[in-house]
Amino acid sequence: MSEYVELKRPLFTPFFMALALLVGLAVVFLAVRFVNGMGSVANLNGGYSWGIWVVYDIVVGTALACGGYALAVTVYVFNKGKYHPLIRPALLTSLLGYGFAAFGAFVDMGRWWQFYNLFLPWQMNFHSVMLEVGLCVSAYVMVLSIEFLPTILQRFRAQALAQRIESVLSRALFFVIALGILLPTMHQSSLGSFLIAMGWKVHPLWQTLHFQPLLAVLSAFTMGFAIVVLESSLAAAAFRRAPETPLLAGLGRIIVGLIVAFLVIRFAAILWQGKLGRIFAFDLGSLMFLIETALFAYPLAVLISPRGRRNAKKLLYAAASMVLAGALYRFDAFLITFDPGPGYSYFPAFPESMVTVGTVAAEIMAYLYFVKKFPVLPREEHAAA
Amino acid sequence: MDRRNFFKASLGATVASAAALASSSVQARPNLEPAPDAVGMLFDATLCVGCKACVTKCKQVNGMPPVPMGGDVHADFALDLSAQTLNVIKVHAEGKGAVKDVLVDGFSFEKRSCMHCVDPGCVSVCPVKALKRHPGTGIVSYDVDACIGCRTCMTGCPYNVPQYDYNNALGKIHKCQMCNQKGVERIDQGMMTGCAEACPTGATLFGTRAALLEEAKRRLALKPGQVYNYPRGDVRKPDSFHEKAVPEYQRTVWGEKEAGGTNVMHLSSIPYDKLGMPPLGERSFASISEGVQGTVYNYMALPAIALGGLTWLVRRNIEGGHDEGGKQ
Repeated sequence: MSEYVELKRPLFTPFFMALALLVGLAVVFLAVRFVNGMGSVANLNGGYSWGIWVVYDIVVGTALACGGYALAVTVYVFNKGKYHPLIRPALLTSLLGYGFAAFGAFVDMGRWWQFYNLFLPWQMNFHSVMLEVGLCVSAYVMVLSIEFLPTILQRFRAQALAQRIESVLSRALFFVIALGILLPTMHQSSLGSFLIAMGWKVHPLWQTLHFQPLLAVLSAFTMGFAIVVLESSLAAAAFRRAPETPLLAGLGRIIVGLIVAFLVIRFAAILWQGKLGRIFAFDLGSLMFLIETALFAYPLAVLISPRGRRNAKKLLYAAASMVLAGALYRFDAFLITFDPGPGYSYFPAFPESMVTVGTVAAEIMAYLYFVKKFPVLPREEHAAA
Repeated sequence: MDRRNFFKASLGATVASAAALASSSVQARPNLEPAPDAVGMLFDATLCVGCKACVTKCKQVNGMPPVPMGGDVHADFALDLSAQTLNVIKVHAEGKGAVKDVLVDGFSFEKRSCMHCVDPGCVSVCPVKALKRHPGTGIVSYDVDACIGCRTCMTGCPYNVPQYDYNNALGKIHKCQMCNQKGVERIDQGMMTGCAEACPTGATLFGTRAALLEEAKRRLALKPGQVYNYPRGDVRKPDSFHEKAVPEYQRTVWGEKEAGGTNVMHLSSIPYDKLGMPPLGERSFASISEGVQGTVYNYMALPAIALGGLTWLVRRNIEGGHDEGGKQ
């Protein structure tokens, strides 16, 4: 008997239809973008060449999609098999998050019809962080698809072809999983490296130079675990299923270790680079930094005690705070405190924002479709055990 | 592996990678050196009279329309670099803005165009080699057929020079290519840049980087008030000269060393940051970024070792069964 089941609920709920409306609106604005150019829907300019399409859909979105990555490391590298029931929903959110990030990258590409140049070896600039991110994200979307394939095939088990594909897959699966751990490590760290080349435009509190890749990968990890807790808690509440609190409490412990590592390295880097005073300048940068630090500190305070970890509600709040902290860390560095100099300002336009909202809506719709049509969520008694 | 070991292992890995990254600052590549036959320009803000002949000439040479204001098209009202403007004259004024080349209650003109960095950030970050530094002349050029429009060059340029055309569904990046792009090729034909040719006062001089730097330092060595014979056109074979009293210059040549130096250099009487020059040290951000990327991705050795280790671990853990009751 499989440890996963499909959720026997109707798909076309009012909520689902409301999401479809948002997706429809985004499609209209996207049509305008492709006919009249990016400027017709987005507020991008010469100083702010990357807006929310890049910073939310790719930089933050892929970190939110790190649940599959974080759990794969836990289950397959550290051999914590008890977390296996959480893997499929995490893989699904990862696949959707990365899939839509790739879509977002394409929408944001100013010369999208030439995107294939990224894959021509003689065009590649191996010093470029963007090349590394582009190639790794593309490869990882494929890896995630392969990792998720067994879930799709399980529905069609009776068919001989499905069984054959699955048996081939299961023999190579260990390699695919290994790749699925390496690729996010590579490009998540590179998302931090982007900031190095942006130089002086990045606020000193976020411009940690050599520490960028490490802080980026650590924040991705923390967000990955936090999103697993958040997604699992929300799914339990929304679908009125038993919460998976005992399992999630274990993840809470890991999150504590990761937050400590992140904060220690971040403050050490700032101290070492002699920028500690900036924290108390009480300008925009210092304010955002303090808010971020508070959002990191709250889950730390809650999850450090075993009692806090076993409280389903507190666990949910801590995870939400953690996700916000990680997202804000990236938003602050790339947009909010990012300053290309006098004469330039950026705030997302309404159509631009609605494209991002529509993308998120499409992701949720796809998630609902898959958990209701395919065996994705863990069997309830399994998770409670 | 129990939890304690999990933490120990994670902590160990974190500390090790932190140490590796910190030490990469030592191994990082140095700034690039100027190209052997680097050509460039010297802009002396104290000579500029704000006539914008260079802006008009630039548009003629590069086939770009003027930027109108209201219905007025008899002059170019470009305020900054854009998809329509590769070269622009700006003004910085303070207080009454009465006296030229003075900070308090004064003003100064400033020319902005691609600085043609010695160690260009745009070239370093471009994923598809759409931006290239010419091995001989050091000119930073743009290849529209390679460009995917990701606009990383714009984030990686310390001077906000590359401009993407957002109002065009098939937009591209626009930047000064020192009048040497395909179809123009003025430098290859032995001519100078359009803006230097048009400049009536020699505020924009053309020449090799070496000759221009020499000229700039000669000016800095003069005493304020002393009369100097300023050349026009190409510093190596000037069209003509004109005499003018030497102003009180800032003590450095902008572009000699900033972020690895630039082929287009500036002189000014008022501080460079007032003219919109960014806060740069001597190290180029490109060299730091490539140092970090190089440490991690040199010959793909680290990723290959990591993949090997991960494959072994995952295989062992799948085949051996998980330790706490989980089942593949």
